[in-house]
Amino acid sequence: METSKFWLHLETAAAWMLGILWAAPLIYAFWAAFHPPEFAVRFDMTAPLTLANFIEAWTTAPFARYFINTILYTFMTTSLQFVLCTLAAYAFACYEWKGRDLAFSLILVQLMVMPDQLLVVNYQTMTALNLVDTIPAISLPYIASAFGVFLLRQNFKQVPLALAEAARVEGAGPLTILLKVYVPLSKSVYLAYGLVSVSWHWNNFLWPLVITNSVTTRPITVGLSIFGSPENGVNFAIVSAGTLMSVAPLLISFLLFQRQFVQSFMRAGIK
Amino acid sequence: MNPKIARHVYGWLLFTPAAIFFILFTHYPIVWSFFLSFFSNPRGSRAAVFVGLQNYAYLIEDPIFWQALKNNLIYAFGTIPVTISLAMLMAVWVNRRMTGRAFVRAAYFTPTILPMIAIANIWLFFYTPGVGLFDNILKSLGVSGRNWLGNPDTALACLMVIAVWKDAGFFMIFYLAALQGIPKDVVEAGKIEGAGRFYFFRRVTFPLLMPTTVFVVFNALINTFRIIDHIFILTKGGPDNATELLLYYLFQTAFEFWDTAYAAVLTVVIMTILMGLALAQFKVLERRTHYQ
Repeated sequence: METSKFWLHLETAAAWMLGILWAAPLIYAFWAAFHPPEFAVRFDMTAPLTLANFIEAWTTAPFARYFINTILYTFMTTSLQFVLCTLAAYAFACYEWKGRDLAFSLILVQLMVMPDQLLVVNYQTMTALNLVDTIPAISLPYIASAFGVFLLRQNFKQVPLALAEAARVEGAGPLTILLKVYVPLSKSVYLAYGLVSVSWHWNNFLWPLVITNSVTTRPITVGLSIFGSPENGVNFAIVSAGTLMSVAPLLISFLLFQRQFVQSFMRAGIK
Repeated sequence: MNPKIARHVYGWLLFTPAAIFFILFTHYPIVWSFFLSFFSNPRGSRAAVFVGLQNYAYLIEDPIFWQALKNNLIYAFGTIPVTISLAMLMAVWVNRRMTGRAFVRAAYFTPTILPMIAIANIWLFFYTPGVGLFDNILKSLGVSGRNWLGNPDTALACLMVIAVWKDAGFFMIFYLAALQGIPKDVVEAGKIEGAGRFYFFRRVTFPLLMPTTVFVVFNALINTFRIIDHIFILTKGGPDNATELLLYYLFQTAFEFWDTAYAAVLTVVIMTILMGLALAQFKVLERRTHYQ
């Protein structure tokens, strides 16, 4: 009994050490961001705190504009995903139509090959549509999401048929049934999907990098990559401040709604 | 409307909006990439011409492609076992009662929600020669530092460390979900039998986590063809192509060298690998169903 207790304490200690190790890079970024640059590698507890790095970062690069772009692009993507995936999931879950199974297996393809890898042709498409360097161009390749269709279809299938039948008897049409029965009963899935989608698109980089080339469209990740690139010679304290600023909205909401985040990712992963 | 026809009409009407975007940005690009890969690049007024397998012949002769493929394999097989072992360990630790569990779990998971670009910015400073954090720590230990990212022997490893740090907490949550799904009576039975913690893990928990492990392994493999953002900040594929991964090479070919035909070939290669992976996952899951 004594040894097992000792063992459990040892495990707790190890878990803590790994936790500190895992948190260290971020804590370090906080240290660098809130202290004058000369303290970047000198861990002197008496070092003065300062916000100068944040002010400097904010004035060096158009962060406000990057934030607006990111919010617009993320909001547009997630809301259009909700609409398109809800309609498609409803079709797959509740109707039997000719070609349904074939259509479903064709959607499956997107779980293997995502728009991230198809950027060459998608760039040509955007050029042809005259959409290069616009916010819709960042968003459009992602709005039909196989992942979203699967997730919602799975959930719609679990809604008791009797509920839909009752609504039908009362004279509700297909869209009313969808909006009054299926969607309200799937709130938690929408929350999960929304959180995953927002954090995914907030962090997305490669496609936005390719398709944007001006301040008025660039999302924060692309802006940050320009800001932080060593060629710009910005010192580390300021890069840290800029980096923390750009992750702040996501980081704060994660720390506030940790449980929802973790559960959402879990739920989204296990289909 | 005749209800027999209605379901077909409704089905298609509901599916059409999504279908348009699926076709435009997933299916058409897949087909068109194949098509483009058999043509030359249009130059000036000269239109693209059919060149058969010429672009593929170039691929076979291209040492950078082979280097990138090799790097992708090293990257995948170097990171995945470490990430998975850590993820399992984290999940087992966080799944039990302990002081400060919330902090520890948040610490493990936080890197997951940060953008790779932000992470690379932070780690860049750790790796900077001379003034960077690692070199400073080494200096205080009396060891001379090195150019971590500038040396072909260490550059890829530097990227791999970051990948492990970012992904372990993400995969932890899938193991956590699986652990919570293990029936209580199995755990109780183990306790009554007096099974030690390690023995129990090896003989009961680990096999029960197998389906999760399969899921995680394939996800991690796919990720190596998706997340290459840190390369942009840290190494840009160098030094001497030591950190060239396939998707990054595709990006360079398409948007730095503007060689669309060859980029199409690389797209086809990546698609083929991803479809092969999906097929393999399907086969493995089929064979492993008895675990569930």
